[in-house]
Amino acid sequence: MIGYFLRRLASAIPTLLAIITIAFFMMRLAPGGPFDSERRLPPEVEANLEKAYHLNEPLIAQYWDYLSGVLHGDFGPSFRYKDFTVTELIRSGFPVSLKLGLSAMVIALILGVAFGTYAALKQNRLGDHAVMGLAVTGIAVPNYVVAPLLTLFLGIYLRLLPVGGWNDGALANMVLPVTTLALPLIAYITRLTRGSMIEVLRANYIRTARAKGLPTRVIIWRHALPAAILPVVTFLGPATAAVLTGSLVVEQIFGLPGIGRYFVQGALNRDYTLVMGVVIFYAALIILLNLVVDIVYAMLDPKVRYR
Amino acid sequence: MTNRWIRTALAMIATLAALLIATEAAGASTLHRGTSGEPGSLDPELISGTWEVIVVEDLFLGLTTDNAHGDAVPGLAKSWTVSPDKTRYTFKLRDDVRWTNGTPVTAQDAVFGLRRAVDPKTAAPMASLLNVIRNAAAINVGKMPPDKLGVSAPDAHTVVIDLVSPTPYFIDLLSNPVSYPLPKHVVEKYGKDWIKPAHIATDGPYKFAEWVPQSHIHAVKNPDFYDAKDVQIDDVYYELTEDRSAALRRFRAGELDINNDIPIDQITWLRKNMADELHIAPYLGTYYYVYNMTKPPFNDKRVRVALSMLVDRETITDKILRTGEKPAYGLVPPNIAHYDGPVKASFAMLDKAERLKRARQLLSDAGYGPGHPLHVTIRYNTSENHKKIATAVSAMWKRAGVQTDLLNADVTVHYAALREGDFEVARASWIADYNDPQDFLLVLSAKSSALNYSRYHNPIYNRYLDEAAHEIDLKKRAAILRKAEITAIEDAPILPIYYYVSKNLVAKRVKGWVDNPENIHPTRYLSLQP
Repeated sequence: MIGYFLRRLASAIPTLLAIITIAFFMMRLAPGGPFDSERRLPPEVEANLEKAYHLNEPLIAQYWDYLSGVLHGDFGPSFRYKDFTVTELIRSGFPVSLKLGLSAMVIALILGVAFGTYAALKQNRLGDHAVMGLAVTGIAVPNYVVAPLLTLFLGIYLRLLPVGGWNDGALANMVLPVTTLALPLIAYITRLTRGSMIEVLRANYIRTARAKGLPTRVIIWRHALPAAILPVVTFLGPATAAVLTGSLVVEQIFGLPGIGRYFVQGALNRDYTLVMGVVIFYAALIILLNLVVDIVYAMLDPKVRYR
Repeated sequence: MTNRWIRTALAMIATLAALLIATEAAGASTLHRGTSGEPGSLDPELISGTWEVIVVEDLFLGLTTDNAHGDAVPGLAKSWTVSPDKTRYTFKLRDDVRWTNGTPVTAQDAVFGLRRAVDPKTAAPMASLLNVIRNAAAINVGKMPPDKLGVSAPDAHTVVIDLVSPTPYFIDLLSNPVSYPLPKHVVEKYGKDWIKPAHIATDGPYKFAEWVPQSHIHAVKNPDFYDAKDVQIDDVYYELTEDRSAALRRFRAGELDINNDIPIDQITWLRKNMADELHIAPYLGTYYYVYNMTKPPFNDKRVRVALSMLVDRETITDKILRTGEKPAYGLVPPNIAHYDGPVKASFAMLDKAERLKRARQLLSDAGYGPGHPLHVTIRYNTSENHKKIATAVSAMWKRAGVQTDLLNADVTVHYAALREGDFEVARASWIADYNDPQDFLLVLSAKSSALNYSRYHNPIYNRYLDEAAHEIDLKKRAAILRKAEITAIEDAPILPIYYYVSKNLVAKRVKGWVDNPENIHPTRYLSLQP
């Protein structure tokens, strides 16, 4: 298994290199540069800036410079955040995104699997319809609607929770953003669990278990759930990546210092080094998460073997 | 089971509420200022945005500084004298100002700061503002070493600055961060890293404490500031509030005391419910469209004037924007210093019907009419308001048979297109760098071609600007500049639409806030009512 793990890691290197190359040149192809903004600068000042950031050198030379920097673990200085290096920005932003994303993920996993199992057991009865109705609503209502509504009621009318800010990740500041992030995930996981649970409950080995007279609790926990949860595990990899990278809207609305905003703001400001740094970081993260999913999958499903 | 859940939930809510009340009580002299953008740097010479000045001006002290009204008053310099020809300024510095590391602030630091600002290696975005100082322009393009700058320190508390020509706004310019004195000993020791938390030394009313990117900057009162006894607020948090609706919610929840922007789509609600906390005031900025005068038909004055005549500014400001902006018929906004304005295009006094009639006539003289309609593309950068205005303008033009396409792009692409001349009519704006009409009029001068998107060139206009640059008498200078503006406005290289307003939310418990046309509100003059 360790050999398999290392082989997969090694195969990630050419993938990353391709991503870096494509992202580097695509970023430069985009019209406009880091100094094009509402406040137009005189050409002589712009020339000084380009020189300071080596933007006056040939593109291919800049590419090699960048690549050798990355190999030495240096993502360069940010264009927009002049007092910080890209590494410092990612280091300060990622723990926030991680804490938010993982909290949402754990809550979603527990609630989603519980609701899904419940709905499957009550298939086509009132409980099922109620849960599934809520789940569809959860998927359909976007988080930029949920977040303002939650803050309006809990933050402004009832004054129970702060409506924004990170405050070093205090519990009170986490409640609303995590809830907002978790709601659609709960909905997805509920649907996935319900679907596969219904299928599994019809399987022959479950019928055998029932025939042996095992209590329902044991059948569900020991026999049905490990099989029914497989589609959820498959979903978890990309979902975790999406939550960690795509919490942009939630970060924006609640004013949280996560990494998601760097991506979009960096691209809009043509902050070349920041965008590149975040792209490489995300790419590595996604590759890693997919690998983890494959391994967990193999642990749950005896049919899958490492090759 | 259910009961236990409810009890747990209630306990959690109670704890959270208690926590919240505790934080509020402890923050009696803590100010939370929401700012719509984050500084690109704390280095005074590396910034260019108004939102960046909010933080940097609290941390540093210029030779002159802004008072609560936004006017330049003595700062590090306690007094100054000006030579009869108005080109030599001699400043006497205070001897009780220290950097936060204890070292006294001297004339050498002031000289060092100015030299570094114009040094091309610094790449200061606002360096060209200092071109009024002797040799600054040549130094900034690398043709002269920085020590040739017309600035000297005869002793530790005297600074002498020589100018190229009389500059009535020079004292105001010295309160701009690009001209601040810097801690020479720290910058020379640490280079670019002098601004890192471990090294930074400042001399203003506040000291740097912490910066969490994308979240906030925290500054604390500087007990050694020379005027510390008059500084009321102990802690300032500059909170980043990119999302304006979210900022309003945080303001309403009491998490922000001030925010420097509002969600414009909620203006009606704000006026009705938060009239005392909504501060809308005239601001030194102009919103306009530029014509690409290198492309036909916009090289034809008749077409430019006709299109400008057709735009009903009052409808745009009163019906579309509704946030108190003033209709603009000229480039230089009202409330500017050293001026006798605002200038208005001569058609401004005509009524709508008459304007429509004349515009149609001008267009038909230029060869456009029902059989051969004029076709224009308006370019704007992505924003709800820019889109609404472009749509309204195209509807107004349609009355005279002009067909319009709208083209929007994000701000970087938009300004790259303007720089390269890839547009017909495009949205642009200018916000004052310093309080003087010249700052606006230079936008249309041949000298600053990169800012002159229209590529407007009229020798008479440029001659007026040169003449004004050498005029010592302020009244005469204002009259010359006015003539320049009238010349340009009648040539119509631009289509002015409105003059900006500043839009702040200020909680009732914040005292000392004064609305002013430069929208400058240093924290040292503010206080919180308990």
